[in-house]
Amino acid sequence: MLKTRIIPCLDVAEGRVVKGVNFVDLVDAGDPVEAARAYDAAGADELCFLDIKATHENRGTLFDLARRTAEKCFMPLTVGGGVRSPADVRNLLLAGADKVSFNSAAVADPDVIAQSANHFGSQCVVVAIDAKTVSPGKWEIFTHGGRRATGIDAIEFARTVVSKGAGEILLTSMDRDGTRAGFNLPLTRAISDAVSVPVIASGGVGNLDHLVEGVTQGGASAVLAASIFHFGNFTIQEAKAHMAAAGIPMRMS
Amino acid sequence: MLTALIDYESGNLHSAQKAFERMAADLPNEEVVVTSDPEVLRHADRLVLPGDGAFPACKAALVEKTGLYEALLEAVEEDAKPFLGICVGMQMMARFGHEYQTTPGLGWIAGDIRPIQPTDFSLKVPHMGWNDLVITGAHPVLAGLKTGDHAYFVHSYQFVLEDMTQRLAHVDYDGEISAIVSSGTRIGMQFHPEKSQSTGLRLISNFLNWRP
Repeated sequence: MLKTRIIPCLDVAEGRVVKGVNFVDLVDAGDPVEAARAYDAAGADELCFLDIKATHENRGTLFDLARRTAEKCFMPLTVGGGVRSPADVRNLLLAGADKVSFNSAAVADPDVIAQSANHFGSQCVVVAIDAKTVSPGKWEIFTHGGRRATGIDAIEFARTVVSKGAGEILLTSMDRDGTRAGFNLPLTRAISDAVSVPVIASGGVGNLDHLVEGVTQGGASAVLAASIFHFGNFTIQEAKAHMAAAGIPMRMS
Repeated sequence: MLTALIDYESGNLHSAQKAFERMAADLPNEEVVVTSDPEVLRHADRLVLPGDGAFPACKAALVEKTGLYEALLEAVEEDAKPFLGICVGMQMMARFGHEYQTTPGLGWIAGDIRPIQPTDFSLKVPHMGWNDLVITGAHPVLAGLKTGDHAYFVHSYQFVLEDMTQRLAHVDYDGEISAIVSSGTRIGMQFHPEKSQSTGLRLISNFLNWRP
């Protein structure tokens, strides 16, 4: 049986973790590779790096990060931030990423998803959707870290990118991100029901019940969280045990 | 002994390379090389076809490199060098792939690559994540592996075999999905051993130790 995944996400900028990871045994809490190794050992199911200050000039640091992580961690790695073209996908895959996440570029031109999926396969093409509630039961796509409205309906957009070949949706609720109030469950459920591909729920996790709800109520195939793991509130194994106790199939180590 | 990871401009080559290098380092006189040079394939002792990508694009890339496809056939078919296909590299072992279009594969294992189509609509495609293996066949490369061990999968197409004795392991996903196939000196894994933590590293080490 396929297991529900727990994915710790590390926000990086210029090759460093933006918020340090609070593990007692880390030599350098700001080194993404050190953090990745710790999560690998802790039994995380996947890792995600998001370059939040991605620019053309610092592309190299992200490639280098993927490369160094793949040397140490033999587990799945998704990398996103500033990904614009099939060439970016290829470079990140060659560096050691398994999946590459598009965000603004997919909004600007959904065909970049088709080009990437046709060449590299849908399995490595993730589309990160940042959505905000605009009225009850209606969500719109926002870009540039949630600052720029696009007027595009989130459900329509999810269907579009999946029809172009996206293999997974990384869904972040901009209303909930950073609030620790839990996932936006109606949004997660609406997107999960609308597409055939796995949906990763993201944004707002404050406790372990939130992770459970993302799956049981939101219909997510995977849950992504940052702060609750980075700050040591909960371990990956505690989260897995809690979800398993709620009846969700988990990979226990 | 030289293990050649075939670079056909597809696949997560770097992580596969690092995983093989890591396990080769524990063995005497083992070397790992990433190559698209037909001459290197001829000198290699074993071959690995990694994979990440669409079947037609991967097949085209394999054929387009001058001499590469011929050298692969010579090494595996004539010289019977141990071969490991990973993910799409495993699917390449089939007679035909049906992703986007019908494309001939290497034809080493009787069967076709067909889309995963769960009848349970709550099940997503790609089949993505950790699934527990059901081991049904004995093989030196599977030494130490047991039913219930998890491996990391990410694929939308599956290997449908004609001869089920060529299947060594499967997983459950609204029916059985082939996880490990083999025929003679060739073995294929649908999941990514290089991404399957300790279980995957063990399989890689076993492959490096395999002397068929």
